Amino acid sequence: MLNKNIYLILIISLVFAISFWVGFNVNLLPAEASINAPIYDELFKILFIIGLIIFIGMTIAVIYSLFKFRKRNDQIGDGIALEGNLSLEIVWTIIPSIIVLLIGLYSYNIYDRMGGMKELNHNHEMMSSNTEKIWAGISQTSDNEIAINNLSIEVSAMQFAFLFNYPKGNFISGELHVPVDQKVSMKMESKDVIHAFWVPEFRIKQDIIPGQPTILNFTPTKVGKYPIICAELCGPYHGGMRASIIVEEESDYNEWFNKNKKTEVNL
Amino acid sequence: MTISIEPQKTNNESLQPKGWLRYFSFSLDHKVIGIQYLVCGFLFYLIGGTLASAIRIELASPMSDFMPRDVYNQVLTLHGTIMIFLWIVPVVNGAFGNYLIPFYVGARDMAFPRLNAVAFWLIPPSGLMLVASYFVDGAAQAGWTAYPPLSITTPHSGQIIWILSVLLLGGSSIFGGINFIATIIKLRRPGLKLMQLPMYCWAMLGTSLLVVLSTPVLAGTLILLSFDIIANTGFFNPVLGGNVVVYQHLFWFYSHPAVYIMVLPAFGLVSEILPVHARKPLFGYTTMVFSIMGIVVLGLVVWAHHMFTSGTPPWMRLFFTIATAFIAVPTGIKFFNWVATLWGGKISINSAILFSCGFIINFVFGGITGVALAQVPFDIHVHDTYFVVAHFHYIVYGGTVFIIFSSIYHWFPKVTGKMLNEKLGILHFIVTFIGFNLCFAPQHWLGLNGMPRRVAEYDPQFQFVNQISSLGALLMAISTIPFLINVFLSVRNGKDAGDNPWNALTPEWLTSSPPPVENWEGEAPLVEEPYGYGKEISEQK
Repeated sequence: MLNKNIYLILIISLVFAISFWVGFNVNLLPAEASINAPIYDELFKILFIIGLIIFIGMTIAVIYSLFKFRKRNDQIGDGIALEGNLSLEIVWTIIPSIIVLLIGLYSYNIYDRMGGMKELNHNHEMMSSNTEKIWAGISQTSDNEIAINNLSIEVSAMQFAFLFNYPKGNFISGELHVPVDQKVSMKMESKDVIHAFWVPEFRIKQDIIPGQPTILNFTPTKVGKYPIICAELCGPYHGGMRASIIVEEESDYNEWFNKNKKTEVNL
Repeated sequence: MTISIEPQKTNNESLQPKGWLRYFSFSLDHKVIGIQYLVCGFLFYLIGGTLASAIRIELASPMSDFMPRDVYNQVLTLHGTIMIFLWIVPVVNGAFGNYLIPFYVGARDMAFPRLNAVAFWLIPPSGLMLVASYFVDGAAQAGWTAYPPLSITTPHSGQIIWILSVLLLGGSSIFGGINFIATIIKLRRPGLKLMQLPMYCWAMLGTSLLVVLSTPVLAGTLILLSFDIIANTGFFNPVLGGNVVVYQHLFWFYSHPAVYIMVLPAFGLVSEILPVHARKPLFGYTTMVFSIMGIVVLGLVVWAHHMFTSGTPPWMRLFFTIATAFIAVPTGIKFFNWVATLWGGKISINSAILFSCGFIINFVFGGITGVALAQVPFDIHVHDTYFVVAHFHYIVYGGTVFIIFSSIYHWFPKVTGKMLNEKLGILHFIVTFIGFNLCFAPQHWLGLNGMPRRVAEYDPQFQFVNQISSLGALLMAISTIPFLINVFLSVRNGKDAGDNPWNALTPEWLTSSPPPVENWEGEAPLVEEPYGYGKEISEQK
């Protein structure tokens, strides 16, 4: 009996060890390029490890049962008439409940750190002069932060392109240029059907819904060129609806901005 | 108090065709209707599978080069709609439900045999109409979710036919649900208590409650959508002041429970199959019943987890995260109980048990990604990507379709009196299991790394992984060949099965195989312990 327990403990520790090793060493995610990304990857790692432990454990249990308790040719009759075990069933109700609850609280914490739980104040004078209702995407900030930020960009999504309007420079671009390490605030609107703004390296996605102008904020942390992908079926060319986001040093960004700026705005 | 009502038989029974012709008739026999559902569903599965193969051929290369882009969207819309409404829902509910439930409650037929036949005969015309819409003016191309405004702006004829077809299929589903509830509650043989019913009855009771509560919402939503399309109303059309997110709420109020309408019956079926082949009682009967009902209740309050990126308010995201994640608890209980059912048994290794164990492994995997997807911050990155595609195929294919095959291997001798060939069955399992995992496991990585779903073209860096996935799809297509050969050979020349080849204790086996029209020659047996393995079997017989 003691022998059996030792094997059980050995197997369980092995499953844990493998899961932790895989969780920490196998990277399934793209590069991290926004302040959201490392937070997301932390959550992913935890869920990946817990998932692996449960999956490997259950798979071993099923395959072991099939092998160990298979009917041999000389055997007749039935297995043991075991109809249940209350304490065992209580254990595997309570433990998963606790795990699920902890995961829920933890992901709430993650979501809060991403800025998802902040209420958007409807202080409309900050968002131009109109009084339309603004919907909040994840990782929004308070309106005050948006107001002092000069990087507000207006995104228009249409079949099958994204257009980026820089109101401060009075120009429209097909590429999204942003400086690194600065909070970007975008107001997104759709001209026709539902689209979605997704940058995998930033770990953010927000649907762009016609009739619902939506604010989306993010802070890029790594210079580079990343794809912007439409993630909501929007018609035949949905797969081709892509754009690029170019994260660059502030000086490069300013150079690009000044080159494209239309001075007529001051006239 | 249970009243046993003698089911009404048609007055001109002599006019009903005999032999194979009765499968093409308006038969009122629940066994005939069950087989009608199964064969009809399988034919649509072959159509849906062909469409899936077309999708995987298109995705074997990064360019959109196999079919025109709008046809691709029609193909993926038809694939999803056919697989859900014409294959999985009718087969796990209609086929096995009709065949087994009257046996399990000790009745000679369903409570409403005519309604039952109507429910079946709605399916072939609406299915054919759906497929035929491709040849009229192009099928619907807004995905099986038919989100407005896309569904309002794409060509109207295909979308309207799609709505009509789904409405009819939903009606069929509601008729079936009412029938199952009435049969299980009112048609039980005197002396048979609810807590003595085989687990599949409980699964069907829960499923039918979900069908009756949520399908009418889908019907109402689709009727409003058709008004928007035909009559230019503005329920969901933002140009006319409508709100597209309201559609999403209404749609998912049905379509999330629809997932449980597809998996709960499979949970019931596997609970019948495992005890028979493991020669052990079903572990934890009472907790299984309560976990089914827990899933039913929770399943009704989780729909907004499909909309985490649709601008839902933070409190709503939090509520739906917690509710969704908690479904893992009753579901987990069921899986632990099934493994405990296997533990210490005398398991006959055959095709039925292999498909059931394949189901456990696949579904646990899909369940784990499901708990991850329930977490808002996790979902925001992978929503509408191939990660989600992989997740739900692990649930509906790796879960439910594996159980459909397991059930066919288990009940084929009941229906035909012939055994299926085990060698071909095990070959079928191995090819399906490898093909399925090869097809869908890599798609998790695709989604995490930036491949959205429903695209005909993609970033060339994903080509290799997509080709692995397409290879898996090829294996899945090939795997139906040994299955079909097996069925056609065994129906004619299969080994004689006898009445009860598995020595099972559930009531459908306590009559001849195939059963007589009246189900039992004499009175229906009272089976108080459908899982009484390991006890005095003589007492049961």
